[in-house]
Amino acid sequence: MRVIGRRIIQLVVVFVVVTFFTVLLISLVPGKPEIVVIPFDNPQHTQRAAFRKENNLDRPLVIQWEKWAGKFVKGDFGNYYQSTGTDPVAKRIKSSAPVSALLILYTQVFSLAVAIPVAIWAAYKSGSRLDKLLNATAFAFISLPAFAVALILGYFLGVKYNLLPTSGYVRITDNPVEHFKTMVIPVLSLSLGQIAVYMRLLRSDLVSTLQEDFILMAKAKGISNRRVLWRHALRPSSLTLLTVAGLSIGTLIGGTLVVEVLLGIPGMGYLIGQAVLARQYVALQSSVALIAIVFVLLNFLIDYLYTVLDPRIRERT
Amino acid sequence: MTDLTADPAEIVEPADPAVGEVLLQVTDLSTSFTSDRGTVRAVRDVSITLRRGRTLGVVGESGSGKSVLARSIMGLMPSNATRTGSVEFGGVEILNAPPKAMRKFWGEQMAMVFQDPMTALNPVLRVEQQITESLHEHLDLTKDQAHDTALALLTSVGIPEPARRLRMYPHEMSGGMRQRIMIAIALACGPKMLFADEPTTALDVTVQAQILDLLQALQRDRQMAMILVTHDLGVVAGRAHDIAVMYAGQIVEQASAEALFARVRHPYTEALLKSIPKLEMAKHTRLEAIGGRPPDLVDLPVGCKFAARCPYAQDRCREEEPELLPDPDDASHLVRCFFPVSVAASAALQATAPVAGEELA
Repeated sequence: MRVIGRRIIQLVVVFVVVTFFTVLLISLVPGKPEIVVIPFDNPQHTQRAAFRKENNLDRPLVIQWEKWAGKFVKGDFGNYYQSTGTDPVAKRIKSSAPVSALLILYTQVFSLAVAIPVAIWAAYKSGSRLDKLLNATAFAFISLPAFAVALILGYFLGVKYNLLPTSGYVRITDNPVEHFKTMVIPVLSLSLGQIAVYMRLLRSDLVSTLQEDFILMAKAKGISNRRVLWRHALRPSSLTLLTVAGLSIGTLIGGTLVVEVLLGIPGMGYLIGQAVLARQYVALQSSVALIAIVFVLLNFLIDYLYTVLDPRIRERT
Repeated sequence: MTDLTADPAEIVEPADPAVGEVLLQVTDLSTSFTSDRGTVRAVRDVSITLRRGRTLGVVGESGSGKSVLARSIMGLMPSNATRTGSVEFGGVEILNAPPKAMRKFWGEQMAMVFQDPMTALNPVLRVEQQITESLHEHLDLTKDQAHDTALALLTSVGIPEPARRLRMYPHEMSGGMRQRIMIAIALACGPKMLFADEPTTALDVTVQAQILDLLQALQRDRQMAMILVTHDLGVVAGRAHDIAVMYAGQIVEQASAEALFARVRHPYTEALLKSIPKLEMAKHTRLEAIGGRPPDLVDLPVGCKFAARCPYAQDRCREEEPELLPDPDDASHLVRCFFPVSVAASAALQATAPVAGEELA
């Protein structure tokens, strides 16, 4: 219980710090923010006046933040202003967030599903030519940015051999087959780098675990190598991997931004990209705050998973 | 750490060595490792015969090759190791058996108790899983059968509340308790042969005797053959039927425990005995240490490997390597020395031998 209490305090601190800076963003806009956010107003400037009032721009920064936060926690994320009309940011996030969440989920699952067996194989054969080849390949993958992979895959899989759609998105509830087809290229683009990082990390942790006495002990029981590796070596070696997998959700959120814009996937990255171009600071502010909260929550979950993986940590917390 | 109450004559049963079939026959076993510095010759030309129900104590200081010997016999070797010679287990040659074939022996026929129960148990698996996995692997037991067997095993190694202990993780137990768990794991499938690699070195002195007594009792009850590896002559005294003293990868003296302690022949064994503190010594007596250090196993000296540290060494010792030969007075007592310790000196030493039942801690 004390742990949960501490977590909630942490979450509040992170929320305050992150959102305070995003609120500050509007005040830092060169010129008047209402002119930047609403470039085309009616002659009476009623929209701009409403915008100033709505965001309390005439009041002190702390009050601005307080009013904004009060609305945010109630699910009012402000408005998205367009010449065609104004609509709530919450509505847009509601349709974008699941797309990105799925994209990141698929990427993580796929990356780990590939990286873990490969890392085990490389660690088992550590020092061999195979191990060196896998390491070199991983290094090449780390060096490839996701957008480059997206373009290459899009060209070959989409344009040249016409196997997959190169852009667009289909919801899983509309057509599951098409949904997964549209996700292949973005997931692969984001995964390659992750696979390489995860694989190298887990491999090196495994190599040191395999030197442990308890591995020799497990071998001396006459159980199969497969069992020794998966049951005895993997779990004690996976704590770093877990940490990095949690932290890389942040990297992936950044990665989705580029990949979503490039491949026309209407996720959070796409939303943020549009918001930046259209100077929709309010939308930006709410999206960033939301992502920060999700990121922190996911890492709390990771902290909990440590205790599942290693019973010794359970004692300490 | 010898049990003060134990009468050695009772423990080392003067049984006819022919009793019990020959289980293990090691002939000219040598093990070397390739390293960046060159070939490390960890074990050289070791021959051992072990019968069921007998205990062989392998004694030597750190780096003498005693642990490598145990692992070489069992075949638990890293990939950079090369072994030559012959290891026959139950009449089957196992030295060059592929790992897959060895898995039928490991756990089921032969098992090992490791030195450090803190590091040799998997920290993330419950005790039950660690005991039952070899039961599932070798004996094909059902879950319930394996659970009952695990309970019985914990009881047999003297663990109270076995049902509760089975659900625990290793870090929740004391060192002595963990070593008992490790013994239970080793014994799970009823092996014919048990290797105990310094089983008490990492434990509190107060627990050491308990664990050694337990091993001895289990060995006797189950008529196992046991190789007890230790750096401490006091550990094997009164517990091993036979003793092999190792130095720089070779056996330098090998005899029945009685014969060895009655008449120490090799200067190294003598030095080991002298380095053990004795109760009648005055307080603050300096212990006799063996000067120098063991030779580099990559670059072994010519001649006797102990010559550099031996008080009796002569020119011949530095030029020519002695062979392991039977003592003229006792053909079963093997010594690798040109100038064995005189009988007179040995008789004087005998008074200090640990079989006399002294506290050796």
